[in-house]
Amino acid sequence: MTMTSPVTARPAARPVKALDRLSRALPKLLFIAYLTLFLAYLFLPLIIMSAATFNTSKFPTVTPWLGTTMGWFQELWNDKAMWKALWLSLGIGLAVVAFALPVGTAAALFLTSLDARARGIFYAVMVSPLLTPGVAIGIATLILWRQAGIGGGTFLIVLAQATFITAYVMLMVVARLQRFDRAQEEAALGLGASKWMIFRRVLLPFLKPALIAAAFIAFLQSFENYNTTLFVRGTDTPLTVYIATKVRTGLTPAVNALALILIALTIVTALVMELNRRRKEGGRKEG
Amino acid sequence: MTEMIKRFGPGLGGFFIALVALWIIGMVLAPNLMMLNFSLKPMLFPNDIGGPKDVYTVENYTALFGDRVHRAIFLKTVWGSGLVMLATLAITYPLAFWMAKVATIRGARAMLIALIIPFWINEVLRTLAWFIILSFNGPLNAFLLSIGLIDAPVRWQGDFGVLAGMVYAYILFMLFPIYNSISTLETAQLEAAKNLGASTWRIHRRIVIPHAKAGIATGCVFTFMLAAGSYVAPALLGSPGSRWFTEIIYNWFFEGGNWNRGAAYALVLLVLCMAVVMVTLKIFRVNLADVAK
Repeated sequence: MTMTSPVTARPAARPVKALDRLSRALPKLLFIAYLTLFLAYLFLPLIIMSAATFNTSKFPTVTPWLGTTMGWFQELWNDKAMWKALWLSLGIGLAVVAFALPVGTAAALFLTSLDARARGIFYAVMVSPLLTPGVAIGIATLILWRQAGIGGGTFLIVLAQATFITAYVMLMVVARLQRFDRAQEEAALGLGASKWMIFRRVLLPFLKPALIAAAFIAFLQSFENYNTTLFVRGTDTPLTVYIATKVRTGLTPAVNALALILIALTIVTALVMELNRRRKEGGRKEG
Repeated sequence: MTEMIKRFGPGLGGFFIALVALWIIGMVLAPNLMMLNFSLKPMLFPNDIGGPKDVYTVENYTALFGDRVHRAIFLKTVWGSGLVMLATLAITYPLAFWMAKVATIRGARAMLIALIIPFWINEVLRTLAWFIILSFNGPLNAFLLSIGLIDAPVRWQGDFGVLAGMVYAYILFMLFPIYNSISTLETAQLEAAKNLGASTWRIHRRIVIPHAKAGIATGCVFTFMLAAGSYVAPALLGSPGSRWFTEIIYNWFFEGGNWNRGAAYALVLLVLCMAVVMVTLKIFRVNLADVAK
């Protein structure tokens, strides 16, 4: 790096020139090395975890490779507890979406109707669940409902998860609402539309893209939640709890098979969304 | 309130207000107040509740700081979470800058999609991946043995495993906000600084970092909070000697059977995270609305 100074570069022409070029390329080379390491760090664990699915070894690993098998998929398929956990997680996810979407939207509309001071206070209260550790949300929910005689279980899982997931929905709807022109509502009102009609035909269609994205994020957050769920689950076992329990009590590559399937699903979803985005962008350019 | 009714009519407007009240009062405020109340009471048998022993006390809090082991674990959690925060910041900053300012639009876009994949995969599975890698007869030891860096397998599980797993699990919560905030910086500013002779270090210190402070603050707040409140990584990658504060809380609830003390411990964790949020926002001089973006 110090060789780049023009004063030192002058006398011994040749070797210094080579060094000079190297030192100029060095930041770039370093960056490429860093990028490679970063990507390896991010993906190698997932690749190793997936690859272990095909190893006959009873403990999931890739070293040593004892032989290739597809048998762990079979075992996963036949695992009744896994299916039960999967259905439960899907059900909880849908219930959370069904709750968080209307409540988050209502909260966003409520915020826009307040003056700046009140909005600041309510905003802080509404985003606070996102800045609270998940375990604390689970515990607070558990304690409150115990007073009413309701213990941990699916109902409390939905409630506790919805507490913070609603905040995500609220934020996404608020972001979209910032671009909403209230004059549209006034115009509809002037044309004699009822308030319900305006909401359904003007505001809701405008919010639709944000609501779809929010529903997706809400479902994903619910499906992968562990910390909050752990405290309010009672004896119910959603998928994340099932996986964590397996790791501690009897891990086999069947769990890796499950991981591999979820990873594949994630990749497909990401690609579909990207293609969708590109198609839309292409359409906009032409139109 | 009246504005809501005016805009949506009494039926729909009232319904919206009821939903918001249900959420804020019933799910955010009431549970936390109940937890606070609970944490200030001693553990009682059902028939002692409302009796002479049912009094307010701070004993559950003093117990945490009076117990040497618990105090040490709490402090380790604070400092470990800070370490995770700093490590993720150091690792992701160059990449965030590259994606936002150096890479072509296509390159940045491809990178973003690639990064979203591990981000969407749940924390338990990401931790499981490290559980496999770090296991005693696992790939990491096999690799290090084969290149001769170590002579005997190393037991990675413990404090090292926990921190490594957390950095991996939360790294994208740091990357994305920083990337977003650097993206809004005018590239012309960087070129101007460069033409005027500013060094790379100076450009970052005086232009990029001040501009990206909201993103950096957001990343720091989230990684700290997630690390301090993490349960999976310590449970799967830890050893008996590397307990995390959340594990103690869990034990009060489901093994020790003292919910009141567990509530007090959970509140201490909550207050810690809130304090970190406040202090971080103060240091970076950003407000809450910037963080929640």
